[in-house]
Amino acid sequence: MTNHWVDIKNADIVLIMGGNAAEAHPCGFKWVTEAKAHNKARLVVVDPRFTRSAAMADYYAPIRVGTDIAFLGGVINYLLANDKIQHEYVKHYTNAAFLLTDAYSFSDGIFSGYNEAKRNYDNSSWGYQKDKQGFALVDETLQDPRCVLQVMKKHYSRYTPEMVSKICGTPKDVFLKVCEYIASTSGPDRTMTVMYALGWTQHSQGSQMIRTAAMMQLLLGNIGVPGGGMNALRGHSNIQGLTDLGLLSNLLPGYLSLPGDKEQSYEDYIKVRALKPLRPNQMSYWQNYPKFHVSLMKAWYGNAATKENNWAFEYLPKLDKGYDVLQAFELMGQGKINGYICQGFNPVGSFPDKAKIIRGLSKLKFLVVIDPLATETAEFWKNFGPYNDVDPTKIQTEVFRLPSTCFAEEDGSLTNSGRWLQWHYKGAEPPGDAKPDPEIIAGLFLRLRAAYAKDGGAFPDPVLNLTWAHKIPAAPAPDELAMEYNGKALADLADPKDPAKILVPAGQQLASFAFLRDDGTTSCGCWIYSGAWTQAGNQMARRDNSDPWGIGQTLNWAWAWPVNRRILYNRASSDPSGKPWNAKRKLVFWSGKAWGGSDVPDMRPDAAPNEDVGPFIMTAEGVAKLFVPSGMVDGPLPEHYEPFESPLTVNPMSPNNPKAFANPAARVFKGDMEAFGKPKDFPYAATTYRLTEHFHYWTKHCDLNAITQPQQFIEIGEELAKEKGVKDGDMVKIRSNRGEIQAVACVTKRIKVLDCGGTKVHTVGIPNHWGFTGVAKVGYLANMLTPFVGDANTQTPEYKAFIVTLEKA
Amino acid sequence: MDMNRRQFFKACAAGLGGSSLALLGFSPAPVLAETRSFKLARATETRNTCPYCSVGCGIIMYSLGDKAKNAHSEIIHIEGDPDHPVNRGTLCPKGAGLLDFVHSPNRLKYPEYRAPGSNEWKRISWDEAFDRVAKLLKADRDANFIRQNQDGLTVNRWLSTGMLAASASSNESGYVTHKFARSLGMLVFDNQARV
Repeated sequence: MTNHWVDIKNADIVLIMGGNAAEAHPCGFKWVTEAKAHNKARLVVVDPRFTRSAAMADYYAPIRVGTDIAFLGGVINYLLANDKIQHEYVKHYTNAAFLLTDAYSFSDGIFSGYNEAKRNYDNSSWGYQKDKQGFALVDETLQDPRCVLQVMKKHYSRYTPEMVSKICGTPKDVFLKVCEYIASTSGPDRTMTVMYALGWTQHSQGSQMIRTAAMMQLLLGNIGVPGGGMNALRGHSNIQGLTDLGLLSNLLPGYLSLPGDKEQSYEDYIKVRALKPLRPNQMSYWQNYPKFHVSLMKAWYGNAATKENNWAFEYLPKLDKGYDVLQAFELMGQGKINGYICQGFNPVGSFPDKAKIIRGLSKLKFLVVIDPLATETAEFWKNFGPYNDVDPTKIQTEVFRLPSTCFAEEDGSLTNSGRWLQWHYKGAEPPGDAKPDPEIIAGLFLRLRAAYAKDGGAFPDPVLNLTWAHKIPAAPAPDELAMEYNGKALADLADPKDPAKILVPAGQQLASFAFLRDDGTTSCGCWIYSGAWTQAGNQMARRDNSDPWGIGQTLNWAWAWPVNRRILYNRASSDPSGKPWNAKRKLVFWSGKAWGGSDVPDMRPDAAPNEDVGPFIMTAEGVAKLFVPSGMVDGPLPEHYEPFESPLTVNPMSPNNPKAFANPAARVFKGDMEAFGKPKDFPYAATTYRLTEHFHYWTKHCDLNAITQPQQFIEIGEELAKEKGVKDGDMVKIRSNRGEIQAVACVTKRIKVLDCGGTKVHTVGIPNHWGFTGVAKVGYLANMLTPFVGDANTQTPEYKAFIVTLEKA
Repeated sequence: MDMNRRQFFKACAAGLGGSSLALLGFSPAPVLAETRSFKLARATETRNTCPYCSVGCGIIMYSLGDKAKNAHSEIIHIEGDPDHPVNRGTLCPKGAGLLDFVHSPNRLKYPEYRAPGSNEWKRISWDEAFDRVAKLLKADRDANFIRQNQDGLTVNRWLSTGMLAASASSNESGYVTHKFARSLGMLVFDNQARV
């Protein structure tokens, strides 16, 4: 989230789209309730189903699964055509005025630079016009046809209300009513918060769905203000933490990235990451990348990382491509992966196309499962009848199942969606011989290291030299680990302006990443977490819930990254002169000498307004990007593409170009394109989602939750039920091109048939939570049905939009 | 009788031969004869965070056992933390059922092993589990580690073993897991953030 949970109470309009906060984040949803009760806020919900969030809404709009870019593109068109934008904010805080070259073009669904054979783009034509110093050129009048604002206007002029209705199935008047609600926040006096979740991420165009909403918020001036923001409601208690710590194929902690094959020298690696400003005076904070990177390598490799060896650059594995989970299971199926460790993750339940997942696991030599609960993945080799139809005698995979502790049996921190790191304490011993995860990791690591020390082997250096300075090496303690990722001084750190003055003595914890250096004198395992455990102690354990400004800014409860800043981009809450846009909604403003207010300023504290330092300090431009020259693989502007499995045969946005039917830059493995179903066989749209009472495949192991929702069901609308002769409570079979499940049919008014330009689209709703282990009634894993294709940028699978057929069982 | 939460617990713990009901201000005569005391009054309160969604609701876990070396602590009740600024004492159905997660009959207790082609688990010791897995990892890494790619470029990666990390594990666990995987040169490495 750019903002945080309690801040939602400051909104005037709450848009819940691509998410269902009332059901998936019920206690967070209370802040929507507070906004309505105490701030006269209105809730608008746009969803394929009339969810519990919709039931609390002031206005609900239905939408066909996978068409959110069309809807939001239509909103952008409405805002631009009706001049409902916050002009000064857009002019000064976005790249609306930046000029594009004549090389950029868009036609028939495809941007300039497309390589059809490789299914990718060369983005060099998407860049800005530049002056001799390398700064981007701008047009302050915003009239130049090549300025971003005018290019955007032209692009989204195609997203008329009629087109939106045709693609999304939303009645035109309903769509326009949503636009009115949204447009009401275009002035500085009113703001909107956007609450979204996996209904936007789990699509082949998911990243661009989120982009479209972010662009909308920027046009309205709703970023960096209380009650505004782009608020991702994440799925797990520490998925934010694991993302921040970089446990993904291509990342290092703190959103640093691994080198690619071609980056053979440290200089080549650093120069594309230490972004130079694209406009004069901008902070372009990634310029400091070397400080973050060197400090990380010192934390991991200590004295083995030196200036002479480029801070152990060779120790880092290089990427030839991404090895995300879809790629991993594709390789597994080809027999190219021998071993797999599943720590607290259940791929048999959670990954798409279960049959493909089982095939992959069956080809492994060994699988290691580390979990507090008995998951499907650990027993993928066991026959559970139609729920897992395998023959154990034919599966040669060795499986080790290792018991771990759960949350209640350990000390540590979790990072919530609002970027708050909150420390928790152990309340009891685990059952049996279960061990905390760090001890399990240590058990493996120490034996590997001893074996490499004794017997040698392939490139042992990074293993032998990894720092492991724990009092009990077999049991790394949470406080030791937290202090390591916070960072400390390795030598006395002198003030650059006054070398006699020592800012931080050697050995002391650092107060923030502002103290990091690129000369090997600081160590820090995760730069954005620097400040979590300082010399003053564990900031994450602070428990002062006072809210002195009354707007939910509880800066002394726990600790947020970065540097305890609660609302990102908060300098944008004031105008270019440093005065709040809205005196009744102050956040961070210029006092005459410094920035201050109810938050940690997201700005150099002494940057006077007339220095024109932009609020988006992490971008090279200093301003937010409506148009993205580089960073998105599938286009600088969002464009509607159909999901790979769609009930339509033609993309209404680009009806004459089959290449632009689905995301032209999304990766599709050989064999999977042919495996997508066609609407003549699978006429109904389908989507998967959570219930209020369950969490994924975990809570089916919990009595109370199993009691409240014991048995697998699917939801269909009354019209589809009538067509198929299905009554509420009947067993039905749902089949996709990948598999078949059976479940009880819940016939509901809450899913309506949609008219998409003459095509009637029915939607089948498939809750996730059943499987073949647990105390609930046994059920079919929903992912037996879902397609094996992901977002072009993130490879997040398209769980939320595919097609099925359905009949009475 | 108006009292805040702290006073409520104090009253209940006071005992003194009076029932908790009496101390709360309800004092019908028969009740004064009871000696039942409030179970949570002698429990240890521990602050924790719900492990499910990303709201990060504060919870209070009540456990029995006096933390002596031989005493086995057991959590008997979990409720929302009223001091927490986000959830302010409430929990949703998932969080409300947390005790049933902690005490689920499907909690794993001992390391187990399934042999190729077998239909059952065999219990093994931690030492055996660590020794065998480490051996398998090393053998695979030594056989398949890629120092240089086909063009002679140094890449130092290991692609034939992968890992999924846990999105409900702590930052401290995630941090040390990342050190482990990346020092080995793993690239086939993700967590729930990917999906």
